[in-house]
Amino acid sequence: MTLKLIRGYPEYMRESIEMVEKTRDQRIKEKEKEKELALTAEEREEVLNKFHPDYAPGGKRELRVGVNQGEIVPNEVADILEAWPALNPDEVDLNDIDYDVDVLIIGGGGAGTVAALWANYEGVPAENILIATKLRHGDANSMMAQGGIQAADRPWDSPIIHYMDVLGGGHFANKHELVKALTEDAPKIIKWHEELGVMYDKDEKGNFIERWGGGTSRKRLHSAKDYTGMEIMRVIRDEARNREIPVLEFSPAVELITTEDGEIGGAILWNMETKEYYVVRAKSTILATGGWGRLHIRGFPTTNHYGATADGLVMAYRAGARLRDLESVQYHPTGAAYPEQIVGLLITEKVRGMGATPVNKYGERFVFPLEPRDVEAAMFIRECFGKGNCVQTPTGMRGIWLDSPMIEELQGEGAIRKNLDAMYRMYKRFGIDMTKDPILVFPTLHYQNGGVEINANAQVLKGDGSPYPRFFAGGEVEGGVHGKNRLMGNSLLDYNVFGRRAGISAAKVVRNSSKPGKLTLKHVKIFTEEVKKINVPPERRSPILLPDYRGKRVLARKIDLPVMQ
Amino acid sequence: MGKKIEILDVDSRQIMDDIKKAASPPEEVEHWVTIYVMGKPYQVPAGLTIMKALEYAGYRFIRGSGCRAGFCGACATVYRKKGEYRFRTALACQTTVEDGMYLSQIPFVPANKATYDIDKIEPSPTTLLEYYPEIARCVSCNTCTKACPQELDVMYYIQYAIRGDIKKVAELSFDCIQCGLCTLRCPAEIQHYHMAQFARRLYGKYYQPKSKWLERRLKEIDSGMYEKPFENLAKLRENPEKFKSLYYKILHEGMEKEEKRIEDPLEFIKGED
Ligand SMILES: Cc1cc2nc3c(=O)[nH]c(=O)nc-3n(C[C@H](O)[C@H](O)[C@H](O)COP(=O)(O)OP(=O)(O)OC[C@H]3O[C@@H](n4cnc5c(N)ncnc54)[C@H](O)[C@@H]3O)c2cc1C
Ligand code: SF4
Ligand code: SF4
Ligand code: FES
Repeated sequence: MTLKLIRGYPEYMRESIEMVEKTRDQRIKEKEKEKELALTAEEREEVLNKFHPDYAPGGKRELRVGVNQGEIVPNEVADILEAWPALNPDEVDLNDIDYDVDVLIIGGGGAGTVAALWANYEGVPAENILIATKLRHGDANSMMAQGGIQAADRPWDSPIIHYMDVLGGGHFANKHELVKALTEDAPKIIKWHEELGVMYDKDEKGNFIERWGGGTSRKRLHSAKDYTGMEIMRVIRDEARNREIPVLEFSPAVELITTEDGEIGGAILWNMETKEYYVVRAKSTILATGGWGRLHIRGFPTTNHYGATADGLVMAYRAGARLRDLESVQYHPTGAAYPEQIVGLLITEKVRGMGATPVNKYGERFVFPLEPRDVEAAMFIRECFGKGNCVQTPTGMRGIWLDSPMIEELQGEGAIRKNLDAMYRMYKRFGIDMTKDPILVFPTLHYQNGGVEINANAQVLKGDGSPYPRFFAGGEVEGGVHGKNRLMGNSLLDYNVFGRRAGISAAKVVRNSSKPGKLTLKHVKIFTEEVKKINVPPERRSPILLPDYRGKRVLARKIDLPVMQ
Repeated sequence: MGKKIEILDVDSRQIMDDIKKAASPPEEVEHWVTIYVMGKPYQVPAGLTIMKALEYAGYRFIRGSGCRAGFCGACATVYRKKGEYRFRTALACQTTVEDGMYLSQIPFVPANKATYDIDKIEPSPTTLLEYYPEIARCVSCNTCTKACPQELDVMYYIQYAIRGDIKKVAELSFDCIQCGLCTLRCPAEIQHYHMAQFARRLYGKYYQPKSKWLERRLKEIDSGMYEKPFENLAKLRENPEKFKSLYYKILHEGMEKEEKRIEDPLEFIKGED
């Protein structure tokens, strides 16, 4: 019936695997020499310009509305920023307040949960905090991180070297005050995690087992097997539950509420199951809605969770916040390219960090395995679509091999089960044993490098550059920390550092000020007027909340009846 | 470092279009299977995950889809295959559809979680039992282990919990994605995954030794010893070329000699202009 598979691969792919096996011993002997493949600055440019989806023409356009008008962003992002608001402000009664809280947190992923905990530590009672989230608490990109989190705590490392790495990785476009905060707070965050009981990988003395991340000059990646994100997320969620911080699930924010005096005063939530709205008034509002992977920029598959649809960008933009670095999209070099069921899912960078080398169809090395992500991804695309030295899958995907069995040889038998169990398990579910056979990879849409601009107190900035006193953001939704390219392990750190700072800043607002001014949705109307002027198709509305993956055949027959709505 | 790579003459825009095409689902379906979604039959392409097959059939998830990658436990599914009596469990996002599957999603498990103040606990062999006394009711039927889509030794970690071996519970349960399937199937109504979460936090906090290096670094930061170098770097930024070259020096030096301590990166370019 279906294609015959030999230990998970069709026969023709096996032929290429044999070539990979033939060169393996030699490559292991010469592992050290891989460094010679590292590209110079000029070479990086050459490869990026031709093969990185961000640089290749045709993927972007100028924004025609809002604060960042005239700036270039990916088409898919422009589509939702230039869309009609999903919510009609006239259907909402702002005088009927459903939740009147001190701190509203939009997004129950990592940043949102950290912010809630720190607001609570800083004296805001749990019952005066509200986390509103789209899916379940913890259904988030934060749960999925595998590789690890960076922090400079080894004797020969320092926050300053970490700082340099972040800047270089970001092509020196980062906002310096944020990078300083990131790298200086990092050890404190790890300490906090230790106290909460996060089970990091440690040696017998208690020091962390740290690994290389792409584009770093020191080993500083802390991990918890390859479930690092899950381990941190489930611990902080458990702590939020212990403290009984209220969470509204399946109730995403669909619009921010502004105030007559130009502040942010809460948000409108929409219960996706009952379709009713809730008005939340808040002394301070924290945006923690994460990234944009589910926009499938340039048609790429993604590593992101189901709810990563950039709602936060849309809402903040309409309210007048400034966005930055949105033209740079992070594609992770190693997404699964085969089997079809898991295309786009992440193969953690740790696989390369532990010694697996990317090789082409013929088993040849062609790239230093730990270039910064954009360079590494561009080199893979070059090998596949520029040189054609790739393997094509039965469904037409192309990919190069990541020679995972090298890990067992370099680090000892059992190293994969011990450190990369999530990866091992995923492949095994589809009949592939990555301890024995290489795995096929291709770049995948991974991370929103830019976002809502903040300052070091996590305050969101307005169009004129001044901060909103009551409005904060943390995590993937905010921009500036990573410049044009984030390095591995710095975004788990980001959501902790700026989630924490947002929580502390919000608590300060609660201590020092009274209720926000009169609530309004005027900004939505003003924005609608702008959209009117530029000819946007009437069906294009945002925030989009969830992607639509229903089959074409069904959608072609779908009709709405004017009953049961 | 770096050898000249060949310059390729390519049409980048075309390449991006080709990638888009390669990554979209094939137009033609070669093989079909029939699945039963809560009893209703649907034809779907072979080779999809259960999750994608349901979507193909026209379902749009609100519940039951989270990470879509095997990390969150939102997509717990119970199914039976045609001609069998046995109930099987799976993650919808990590399991391929098979012909004749009867599927039911379990998007929520109303399990009880104990609340506690992690700072006030003095862990002892009876701590787990104190907070989750129902673990003592385990009848060793092994149903939980069979239900676990992560293939963990769930019954074993419950047994270790009863004996008070927190370390073993923490280690054996580490890969738990908290899907709740074990709890749903357990005849003794044990809340395995919440208990295991508690055990892991106790282990991480009280049994794993603390990092001395981390302590030292925190003291250094508090002492303000990095302020000056940060200021120096801020100044150096005014000269972007120099700043960049410093970055590349540190990066390459670090890759060569990882364990060299750099107190002040500016030392690197002392005497240089
Ligand atoms: C597969 C994968 C692996 C990764 N690996 C690493 C790694 O090894 N190291 C590293 O440092 N980083 C890694 N990252 C990146 C990192 O995990 C994320 O950038 C980070 O966790 C983002 O945290 P966050 O809290 O900002 O967003 P999220 O954790 O995504 O949380 C955002 C939450 O907001 C919710 N939400 C969205 N819209 C709305 C709305 N309108 N209203 C209410 N709620 C909403 C979302 O559903 C989600 O729950 C990885 C990311 C992925 C996807
Ligand atoms: S132990 Fe239970 S909750 Fe955890 S993954 Fe297994 S079945 Fe799911
Ligand atoms: S299912 Fe319940 S009773 Fe049976 S072995 Fe597991 S914990 Fe014990
Ligand atoms: S959707 Fe998260 S495990 Fe399947």
